[in-house]
Amino acid sequence: MSGTGETPGTVAERPRPPEPEGPSRSHSVLREIASGNALAGVLAVVLAVAVGSLMIAVTDERVRETASYVFARPSDFLGATWDAIWGAYTALLRGSVYNDRVDDFATRIRPLTETLKFAGPLIAAGLGVGLAFRAGLFNIGGRGQMLLAGAAAGWVAANLGLPTALHLPLAVLAGMLAGALWAGIAGVLKARTGAHEVIVTIMLNYVGFYLVFFMLSRQGLLQAPGSGNPKSAPAQETAILPRILGERFNLHLGFVLALVAVAVVWWLLSRSTLGYRIRAVGENPSAARASGIDVGRTYVVVMLIAGALVGLAGANQVLGTVTSGVTVDLDAGIGFDAITVALLGRSRPLGILGAGLLFGAFKAGGFAMQASEGIPVDIVLVVQSLIVLFIAAPPLVRAIFRLPAKEAK
Amino acid sequence: MSTTGLSPAPVPTAGPTIDTVPVVSRKTPIIFGVLTLALVLILLLEGQSGETTFRLAARTDFATLPELTVPSMGGAWALAVACALLTAESVRRYAGRRRTAAWVLVAFAVAWMAGFLTWAAAGETVPVVGLLAGSIALAVPLVFGALGGVLGERAGVVNIAIDGQLLLGAFAAALVGSLTGSPWAGLVAAMVAGALVAVVLGLFAITYFVDQVIVGVVLNVLVIGLTSFLFSQVLAPNAASLNTPPRFPRIPIPVLGDIPLVGPVFFRQTAVVYLLYIAVALVSYALYRTRWGLRVRAVGEHPKAADTVGIKVNRTRYRTILLAGAIAGMGGAFYTLVSVPQFNREMTGGAGYIALAAVIFGKWDPIRATMAALLFGFASNLQGVLAVLGSPVPSQFMLMLPYVITIFAVAGLVGRSRPPAADGVPYQKE
Amino acid sequence: MKLVLRNITKRFGSLVANDSISLEVSPGEVHCLLGENGAGKSTLMNVLYGLYQADEGEIVLDGEVQHFLGPGDAMAAGIGMVHQHFMLIPVFTVAENVMLGNESTGFAGTLDLDAARGRVREISERFGFHVDPDALVEELPVGVQQRVEIIKALSRDAQVLVFDEPTAVLTPQETDELMEIMRQLKEAGKAIVFITHKLREVREVADRITVIRLGKVVGEAEPTASNAELASLMVGRPVELVVHKDEPRLGDDALVVKDLHVRDALGHVHLDGISFTIRAGEVLCVAGVQGNGQTELTEAILGLQEHVEGSVTLDGRQLVGRSVRQVLDAGVGFIPEDRQADGLVGGFSIAENLMLNRSFRSPFVRGGSLRVDALEEFAERKLEEYDVRAPDIHTRASKLSGGNQQKVVVARELSRDLRLLVAAQPTRGVDVGSIEFIHKQVIATRDSGIPVLVVSTELDEVVALADRIMVLYRGQVVGIVPGATPRETLGLMMTGERPKDVVA
Repeated sequence: MSGTGETPGTVAERPRPPEPEGPSRSHSVLREIASGNALAGVLAVVLAVAVGSLMIAVTDERVRETASYVFARPSDFLGATWDAIWGAYTALLRGSVYNDRVDDFATRIRPLTETLKFAGPLIAAGLGVGLAFRAGLFNIGGRGQMLLAGAAAGWVAANLGLPTALHLPLAVLAGMLAGALWAGIAGVLKARTGAHEVIVTIMLNYVGFYLVFFMLSRQGLLQAPGSGNPKSAPAQETAILPRILGERFNLHLGFVLALVAVAVVWWLLSRSTLGYRIRAVGENPSAARASGIDVGRTYVVVMLIAGALVGLAGANQVLGTVTSGVTVDLDAGIGFDAITVALLGRSRPLGILGAGLLFGAFKAGGFAMQASEGIPVDIVLVVQSLIVLFIAAPPLVRAIFRLPAKEAK
Repeated sequence: MSTTGLSPAPVPTAGPTIDTVPVVSRKTPIIFGVLTLALVLILLLEGQSGETTFRLAARTDFATLPELTVPSMGGAWALAVACALLTAESVRRYAGRRRTAAWVLVAFAVAWMAGFLTWAAAGETVPVVGLLAGSIALAVPLVFGALGGVLGERAGVVNIAIDGQLLLGAFAAALVGSLTGSPWAGLVAAMVAGALVAVVLGLFAITYFVDQVIVGVVLNVLVIGLTSFLFSQVLAPNAASLNTPPRFPRIPIPVLGDIPLVGPVFFRQTAVVYLLYIAVALVSYALYRTRWGLRVRAVGEHPKAADTVGIKVNRTRYRTILLAGAIAGMGGAFYTLVSVPQFNREMTGGAGYIALAAVIFGKWDPIRATMAALLFGFASNLQGVLAVLGSPVPSQFMLMLPYVITIFAVAGLVGRSRPPAADGVPYQKE
Repeated sequence: MKLVLRNITKRFGSLVANDSISLEVSPGEVHCLLGENGAGKSTLMNVLYGLYQADEGEIVLDGEVQHFLGPGDAMAAGIGMVHQHFMLIPVFTVAENVMLGNESTGFAGTLDLDAARGRVREISERFGFHVDPDALVEELPVGVQQRVEIIKALSRDAQVLVFDEPTAVLTPQETDELMEIMRQLKEAGKAIVFITHKLREVREVADRITVIRLGKVVGEAEPTASNAELASLMVGRPVELVVHKDEPRLGDDALVVKDLHVRDALGHVHLDGISFTIRAGEVLCVAGVQGNGQTELTEAILGLQEHVEGSVTLDGRQLVGRSVRQVLDAGVGFIPEDRQADGLVGGFSIAENLMLNRSFRSPFVRGGSLRVDALEEFAERKLEEYDVRAPDIHTRASKLSGGNQQKVVVARELSRDLRLLVAAQPTRGVDVGSIEFIHKQVIATRDSGIPVLVVSTELDEVVALADRIMVLYRGQVVGIVPGATPRETLGLMMTGERPKDVVA
């Protein structure tokens, strides 16, 4: 006897646009996300990794060779399969946590710092998506927001001459502001016309892509002076996020900024009145409205903050990770990864921190795996998306592992 | 399900009655005005010189249409004036509380586009046939995708995973086409692949009530990961045997194919395109005129009502999205069996999202969605043609167009659209 | 066709919704199933209709045990249902709705709409329904939509017809017409199950009455039984059908509404120039059939409606054009008609819900952050004061029963300094104990000198609470009459008739 279900969530404007929607379909997910247990999360990861292993084994040359005479010498086949999978995952761990094949300690833990480096923007952008989730909004526009943020931060970094104490904060803020404004478009349209944010943010991803592409192709806008490539001038030294463990490691201040963002969002959601209103709007916009909360304004504010968080990830990329100039692939898939991070982290700040670290490790390890074992890094995408699918459907995971169903409400 | 929209009265009445005030959208005249103004500004600010030629004939026509040559600025100005007149007509109708007629819309669109082209291609020749035929080529996957999208959403399942269906369809078509040497086998494989994505979508969205947007987005990522992984690991190293699919031949239809302008654009195509025409016709007929269509629409509008008359809601939804997936998969096959005879990673380039845009811009109607997809195909081909002609419009803005139009559409600035009432809502017996 | 339900038991988790219920209906008979909200009537009918499967017991039609796996089976066996919330598809025509699931088709599954139209016309003529087969359902008045539901059942040759709370949305006149239709169907040899909680209707048409309470059959009654007898059977104890209240101590004019107009975005007019005044210490009840502008009236006062013209002043201050927050801050308390949609955030705890309309300033807010301690202390107190039955203040609102949910809403609204209380359907879907409690709170509010506006579609509630009654019909005021006005007069006014001695 659910009281929700009845009111349809829709993908376009409704007859009386500025009115809040009834409990939309995202709420059942949010509830599922909030109520799912940790075991289901672990099992989801296990299951996804198992599928990944299967794919690695099936596509491995030697495994396929030995499979042709599997009945004659099954040990060959099993050995080859084991080698392929073991090789892949040890490479993954060596690339993401600890490398035991080198001598000095600093180089051994270097992979861990790489993981943290990759995790920084994932966490920041994941917070942006997760915060919007809590208000019942789907922010699928991470890519566009990161691109605009990267462009703005990159422009400030390349073109202004200021001391570090001013230049760096200004560049970061420029990125956050651009991300906020780009996401804000979706918030304003949602609030004023009821336009569904899923569609708007998806479309804004492409608009943003072509817009930044255009700016990068024009002299006088973003293109590096005298260059013919769609790329901006590199960031000046004064605007680059400093390496926090010295020059031997790539880990930069961006990760610390992401941690600060986690703390800020935690306070916002659980201790502030704005967060209270955001959650009220997310759970039941119609009741929030009847209680004097301006739902439209909350949508705009949430999208602005979410965009700023995603913008932080964008700034992190151009000011820390790739400082040689802005290009249209600066988002490196983070815009979409952020959705999976937010889902795995159940839209809670600490959950997002954990999920960001896990996926950061996947990224760092994935590249190492590709380099040493020749396994395409795309396998990470597969595992990542499978994790999210399994997380989103606990009954499926329970069915696969034959766990008892939860007691019905 | 609000009752507020209903007139509250019982039939026999003795009491006071109330009229409703008719609401006529003023958006159409405003949009017309803005567009006309934009055209005038372009003409004022960026004057061109010379003449513009429109080539209307393809080389193989038996009755060749002559080329049409007009002075660029004069022609463009004349068409701008036509736009202004049509805007005035629209305003006049709005003042009289009437809607803008369809012919005015069409005439405005043609006049504006022609005016723009006359200006943009000053001193050049516009290959009209090539422009239109190329648009069809770019639009085919979009139309297939949009058709699948419309079907799914009419049954109440939002399908963000159209892109995944196109991509997996393209992959399967390339692989199976190469292995069997038959484009038809490739096509069937693509349909199976599209349906496979639909099965996963259904499993999570229908059976496990997972949010359909989440499933769709994640499925797209999954398919990208999967196809890219298999491409690098399997297809690329064995390209000769696994990634050289045969292409569908072009089959001109006798008589129809010889009609000037129309023939070369529509009737000198491959079997896939002819299948598309059939699919569009069948889907739109079946959706509105058959028992199957009535039930699909019922399930998408009010699943509980459908359940109470004995229709199996979730079974109907599954079947519909399977069909929809197969249709979208055919769109994927077009990439590898017609356009480029090999698979490449992420080769759809997000076309599925444009198809989704067409679904919404087409108001969840098969014919309108097809038109929207054709329009988007035209926009991206126009961009290519203009780039070749060296036009002053940056190509990125043309590429942006479908997305911007869609944002305007969902924001209600272009007409009012109403999705199926239960779109995106899983059906759960309490 | 004779229907027998034998020892039906249906459980949801630990809740027993139907506990061994038995029931018999013969052709040419109207059998009333009487019970409070939540007594298990609808569950039983959903079992009969195949929407739920019973855990125990059996359904027997003409001596044959039935096994319904879905509504399709029930329909095929000859059971038709007129649902409380119409199971019609708004964007389909009458004919399409009637044929859905039972389509006659031509070549390759092509719909034979003519056959469906013919069927609708035939049934419509036989019973005098006057329904146009090509009308869009969403454009039909509620009473006609209900006839479409009946046609739908009859077009499948239903022999057993179930009416689930069919009069909730009807005018008294439409209700009379429905009773007449039921008699006609009875004459035609149909077996009829009539589910309701309205005593008057039961006595009018029932041949037999079965009363259920908390999922159990608690007794059978004759149609000649008195209201008080039926009510005490239904509730399980003697019920106070009247609310004790003293003469109002009237103050000055507090809420003054002048020439209020409300339109929706599509241009439909919902309120067409209504004017009235409520004095301090007075309860004004708005009576009328649902959908005649009551919802819009309360929402317009609250600032929830978009297109409002006219004037609403509270103690001299204009409310039209203000935001919801400004209206609430002006001292308006609001009990919305749908508490789950507009009154509570289901996923929030009781405590969090208690500060829903005070998220901007003290006492629960300081400098942009929440004062969790103050809130929890407040919540503990209110839980006690308003007798909310819940494990603790951290319990989610969605886990509470309807009555307890409503008490949370009432507690929140009455805990502020009010200058006006607006209560829309304050006791809908609430158990009798909570109804009495809430009614007492409303009267106590009045007696403390606050003007109260109550909207109710239940005449019993209107009569119990009102000092004066305003009847709305199609967005206009039919008349404002004293609280002691006879029901017959009110019923007539609800159809839009203005008695000669009444001045609008």
